[in-house]
Amino acid sequence: MSKREEILGIIEKNSRIDVHELSVLMGADEILVANELKALEDEGVICGYHTMIDWSKTDIEKVNALIEVKVTPQRGLGFDSIAERIYKYPEVTSVYLMSGGFDLMVILEGKSLHEVASFVSDKLSTLDTVLSTATHFILKKYKDHGTILTKKYEDTREIVSL
Amino acid sequence: MRNPIGKKVAQIKPSGIRKFFDIVLETEGAISLGVGEPDFDTPWHIRDEGIYSLEKGRTFYTSNSGLKELRTEVSNYIKRTQGVVYDPIKEIFITVGGSEAIDLAMRAMVDEGDEILIPQPSYVSYEPCAILADAVPVIIELKEENQFRLTAQEVLEKVTDRTKILVLPFPNNPTGAIMEKEDLEEIVKVVIEKDLYVISDEIYGELTYSGRHVSIVSFPGMKERTILINGFSKAYAMTGWRLGYACGPQQIMEQMVKIHQYAIMCAPTTSQYAAVEALKNGDDDVKMMKEQYNQRRRYLLSEFKRLGMPCFEPYGAFYVFPCIKKYAMSSEEFCTKLLKEEKLAVVPGTAFGDCGEGYIRVSYAYSLENLKAAMERLERFINRL
Repeated sequence: MSKREEILGIIEKNSRIDVHELSVLMGADEILVANELKALEDEGVICGYHTMIDWSKTDIEKVNALIEVKVTPQRGLGFDSIAERIYKYPEVTSVYLMSGGFDLMVILEGKSLHEVASFVSDKLSTLDTVLSTATHFILKKYKDHGTILTKKYEDTREIVSL
Repeated sequence: MRNPIGKKVAQIKPSGIRKFFDIVLETEGAISLGVGEPDFDTPWHIRDEGIYSLEKGRTFYTSNSGLKELRTEVSNYIKRTQGVVYDPIKEIFITVGGSEAIDLAMRAMVDEGDEILIPQPSYVSYEPCAILADAVPVIIELKEENQFRLTAQEVLEKVTDRTKILVLPFPNNPTGAIMEKEDLEEIVKVVIEKDLYVISDEIYGELTYSGRHVSIVSFPGMKERTILINGFSKAYAMTGWRLGYACGPQQIMEQMVKIHQYAIMCAPTTSQYAAVEALKNGDDDVKMMKEQYNQRRRYLLSEFKRLGMPCFEPYGAFYVFPCIKKYAMSSEEFCTKLLKEEKLAVVPGTAFGDCGEGYIRVSYAYSLENLKAAMERLERFINRL
């Protein structure tokens, strides 16, 4: 495995790790690791350091929806231009071009059902190129970004074994 | 009433550190770096295969030697990792963990008074199994200056006319030591010259961090005189499934299977189906776990260095074996005090033989967060000493 892959593997799970610790885990020189990290950021391979939050455990209301969108691709622009019009809305957290039964998957985060509904009816559906939408609300997140949200790891092993 | 206990069993000492274990069990809220099993769950696809086999009603005995499909996968595995070909029918059989295979191999091969060379520190079962088989265990004390590897000289010093078997416990629990190709070459010469058999316990064979594990069976002339023991517990995080295997010359396998047949019947059927999946599709899981172990290994080594605790660099298993001689306490005292004062459990080196005195076994089958919390406690502790 390349050093690059190793760095990415570690910080994908723990973005708060500092360079020193990263270099210890990898058994690599600290300066080399720092340089590689910088390069990964400069090249846009590392695009940000976010925090995973299970909002459902707070008293802050968040509503997430997945919206399947069918669109008419535009000549010369394909899907990119319409995708851009959609992703510029700050409430849109992700936009993917999809294979299969629809074209764009739009993931939305709103404060309420109403807010999401009005985004779809007022903004998304009214775009010229949008043919149809199907909105799915997320009821419960079991696992997100490879992390199980519903259960905590519990060490059930014997405390000492030889 | 007559004494109900047989003399042979009675002479087997219970683990020397039983007192320590009793204290461990009484201590509530302790952080432990004391286990000898992976912290990972068995990969889901392997568990799923076990569940599926139950759903399909595969709840009967398998043949004494185990599922043919599994033995074939074991054969393929050894071929692709060591380049050695074992006949799945005649030269491989499935056991209840590697431990059963150790017991059977000794019982099948020795007569009363035959000597078995057992390098220590090492796993706790070799010596009692030798005694139960009426053999004489002869201990070879491994040395830190040799990175706890076994040397030909050490073997030669202990070989007598009665020596029949050499136990080769590498990668090693508790030291984490490995034997590389060059180290084995020397051992092979002695083994052949002295006409010994080898029980090679390679249960940690997938967990090496400086290149691939080399088995002694890959040397010319050694397949004929080696019982290769391995299993699924450590590599695939399957300790509770109780599944291992033994490979070796047909003549010896036949005798081992005979004992196995009468004592055990066959290894658990569900586990065998799950293990087929492990060998077929488990390489990526092993790789993932090994990467994690390696990161933790490096972390611990750097911590011991920072704390000024001497620790040789181990390249196998999931243990480090730091030296605590400078604190002028026995291993057991050190561990008991550490447990009482900081509620941190590690295992005294003496649990693995007298020559483990002056060392502690620290397991890194724990998450990094857990290791960090433990190192904070250890640091507080040794700063007070």
